[in-house]
Amino acid sequence: MDMNEIREIFFQECEEQLAELETGLLALNDGDTDPETVNAVFRAVHSIKGGAGAFALDDLVAFAHVFETTLDKVRSGQLEPTHDVLKVMLKSADVLADLTNAARHGDQIDQDRSASLVADLEALARGEGVSSGEKPAEAEPEFTPVPVMLDEPQSADFAPVPFSFDDFDDEDTAAASGFVVTFRPRAELYGKGNDAYLLLRDVAKLGAAKIACDSSDLPDLAQMDPEGAYLSWTIEVTGLADEAPIQRVFEFAEWDCDLTIVPSGDVSAVQPAEEIVLMAPIETPAPVKAPTPVITPAKPAASVEDSGMVPVPFDLSAFDNLTVADTIAPQPVAAPVAATTAASAPVAPVISIAEAAAKRGVDPDAADRRQGGDRRAAETVAPTIRVDLDRVDRLINLVGELVINQAMLAQSVNESAAGTSAINMGLEELQQLTREIQDSVMAIRAQPVKPVFQRMSRIVREIADMTGKSVRLVTEGENTEVDKTVIDKLAEPLTHMIRNAVDHGLETPEKRLAAGKPEEGTLRLAAKHRSGRIVIEIADDGAGINRERVRKKAIENGLISADANLSDEEIDNLIFHAGFSTADKISDISGRGVGMDVVKRSIQQLGGRISIVSKPGEGSVFTMSLPLTLAVLDGMVVSVANQTLVVPLTAIVETLQPEASKIHRFGAEQRLISIRDTFCPLVDVGRVLSFRREQADPVHGVAVLVETEGGGQRALMVDAIQGQRQVVIKSLEANYDHVPGIAAATILGDGRVALILDVDAVVAGSRGDQARPELSLAAVG
Amino acid sequence: MNELARTQADGVRELIAFRIGDQEFCVDIMSVREIRGWTPATALPHSPGFVLGVINLRGAVLPIIDLSSRLGMKAADPTARHVIIVAQVHKKVVGLLVDAVSDILSVTSQNIQPTPEVSSELDKSFARGVLAIEGRMICLIELEALFKSSESEAA
Repeated sequence: MDMNEIREIFFQECEEQLAELETGLLALNDGDTDPETVNAVFRAVHSIKGGAGAFALDDLVAFAHVFETTLDKVRSGQLEPTHDVLKVMLKSADVLADLTNAARHGDQIDQDRSASLVADLEALARGEGVSSGEKPAEAEPEFTPVPVMLDEPQSADFAPVPFSFDDFDDEDTAAASGFVVTFRPRAELYGKGNDAYLLLRDVAKLGAAKIACDSSDLPDLAQMDPEGAYLSWTIEVTGLADEAPIQRVFEFAEWDCDLTIVPSGDVSAVQPAEEIVLMAPIETPAPVKAPTPVITPAKPAASVEDSGMVPVPFDLSAFDNLTVADTIAPQPVAAPVAATTAASAPVAPVISIAEAAAKRGVDPDAADRRQGGDRRAAETVAPTIRVDLDRVDRLINLVGELVINQAMLAQSVNESAAGTSAINMGLEELQQLTREIQDSVMAIRAQPVKPVFQRMSRIVREIADMTGKSVRLVTEGENTEVDKTVIDKLAEPLTHMIRNAVDHGLETPEKRLAAGKPEEGTLRLAAKHRSGRIVIEIADDGAGINRERVRKKAIENGLISADANLSDEEIDNLIFHAGFSTADKISDISGRGVGMDVVKRSIQQLGGRISIVSKPGEGSVFTMSLPLTLAVLDGMVVSVANQTLVVPLTAIVETLQPEASKIHRFGAEQRLISIRDTFCPLVDVGRVLSFRREQADPVHGVAVLVETEGGGQRALMVDAIQGQRQVVIKSLEANYDHVPGIAAATILGDGRVALILDVDAVVAGSRGDQARPELSLAAVG
Repeated sequence: MNELARTQADGVRELIAFRIGDQEFCVDIMSVREIRGWTPATALPHSPGFVLGVINLRGAVLPIIDLSSRLGMKAADPTARHVIIVAQVHKKVVGLLVDAVSDILSVTSQNIQPTPEVSSELDKSFARGVLAIEGRMICLIELEALFKSSESEAA
């Protein structure tokens, strides 16, 4: 595996992380308060940052870092995830996606946008616009620089460092000269191949470090779990102004350990005051009783009259001694707080430190929950593997050929009359197996529409921004699965339709308010399975189609004559005509010379249909219906005027043999068939497809009752039914062109090409001359 | 290898010559994928008269063009003796129905004479010149022009 492959895997993972990030942010936006959601979002950004760092993608790392810092504030509860905050976060997620793509393809991105978002994020991280009630404001003026007395004994030239307690969570202001890190690995840390030694060594490299190991939890050898984790360490690092480098060391281990990083100045708040006092801001002498001579209590700095700095002899080497280290209990946070509540002046800041520490102390618990969550998730989610799409496609193509060959074999055995019962049974089993193989193979490529829907939420955000409209996108059924070939081709028409819905469908906030609607428009994007197809609905609660304007425009453009009598439905459908755009000025958003006609065309090429239902003042619903796969289809093989055609089974309601008494003439050309007392127009397929000029006598044929897009039924007249089989869809467009009335082609058992009927187009073609202008398009090339 | 290099340097083109009725035509060999016998085609509805239909070419759907009809001559009545030249035009693969393939010609640009002024509109738009070879007259057809014009004509 070379570097490029690893890089590619990283980007694939980035895509997943980005999807997770967006899902999480949208959930938060909808009021989800589960800490696990925040954690998932944080983890996503964190992982991208980590991976990007490994590939030296500096832009990505820099942005992800800022993003992560802000998210951390949300995670720790310091930043309320309000809608405004989430808006910035969602935009940041978009930029992060852009940066990832840019890094992947070596493109340039809009630097201004990311720079302005960095500024926004940093403002949020600083807590601007967020209440800072936690700070003990009255304590601050009293508590001016406290010298920290912590030094290694051998270092003679100790310079007092001014130390301010005003904000411990802000890395930049924590100007302590050192930190005390307690590090308690859990078994998982070792399980993931991390080594405590390496982490400790890295910390030690950051500055002068004293490391003490606490082995008090070590059980007897008999009780010891060989894969357990029993040791914890306390590391005292000096000469560091900022805890960030320490955090970086533990970056990939922090989920699997209990980690606290405390400026060494407030160790007293973390360590039990009675046992170790490095600096005592407390007047009461009670806690100051050193258990061993190695640790000498410092004089209470804030209260003692000789406030000059006195270097305290302090033998940190004692930490190396396990017997002493035994006394260092890593997390008794509450105890010192209780002990210090009685103290006076400097107490308030100490408590706030304790709170900060307590907050950190909470973190491991959160990590525990996370861990638990992960484990639960791991139990329910089946293991997956990544497979190159090309391999799956190749497999699917081969299975397609196998299906054709199996059909050809079956047919030749039938024709040769060589079939003994054993051969026939074998053939039947073969057929069943091929079918099962095909279904399983197709299932490999089936994917939820979620990624496409997620992309749409970004498009909605962008267009809402550009048009100054406020839009909420509601998605439903995003786990509906459909073949990858369909998904890939879904994004483009969907993007156009979403753009159109926001740009033309929804009104401006003023108009909405005037119409008594909520200011925020709602766009609903829903997917569901219906009778072997996937149906995608895009519904807006806008003004609906302005039929007067559409009509006027259509007359202007010469699409209809001025006196044409059109139903509402027909007027609505005019928007799918080529060159039709009702926007008075062509906007930058939906008017790129692409209209709904292109959308309709691309959906038709997928063997899909699109329809619209619009109610003035209430909005429009666009409904797309697409096949679940572009590879196979269950069809009924029929013959029409000596031609073999395949009618998709999904469209067929029933087939029947028309009786002469049930056929009624209607006008000059039309004929109706009465089926259980309802009249249904007869459509002569042979005539619609120009296979013959004269109408065939329905009595000699078979009527195939089909459900049309609009919901009505039509009876398609064919000459005979040959059978029913699964066929492999072959594109006609690949080497030829779209043929009106024909959805695609396939290869039958005899090796010949048969055409697959596009039922709706045939029905439309029979209704009038709507389909006629397209007919002349059927040309080679 | 040497010969190839030389022919390229000299601007020598290889052409496939074929017969439709009593006339001879040729196309550039580079666009020809294979030559195969006629098999019955599945008719396409609403297609121009020169499109005979589609056949199965090892799993791909291949449209068959009656070149005679396309060039404005009388429509062919395909039989098993007819030949299909499978050619690649742009990114599409099409089958051209001709009466027979005669030979492969190596010519330089000097051999190709400009198309004479004739009244036939079709011949002028498809023909890229004529060749005189051993007393025969062979018309060079530009396949891309053939399909480009059909596209614009249809649209």
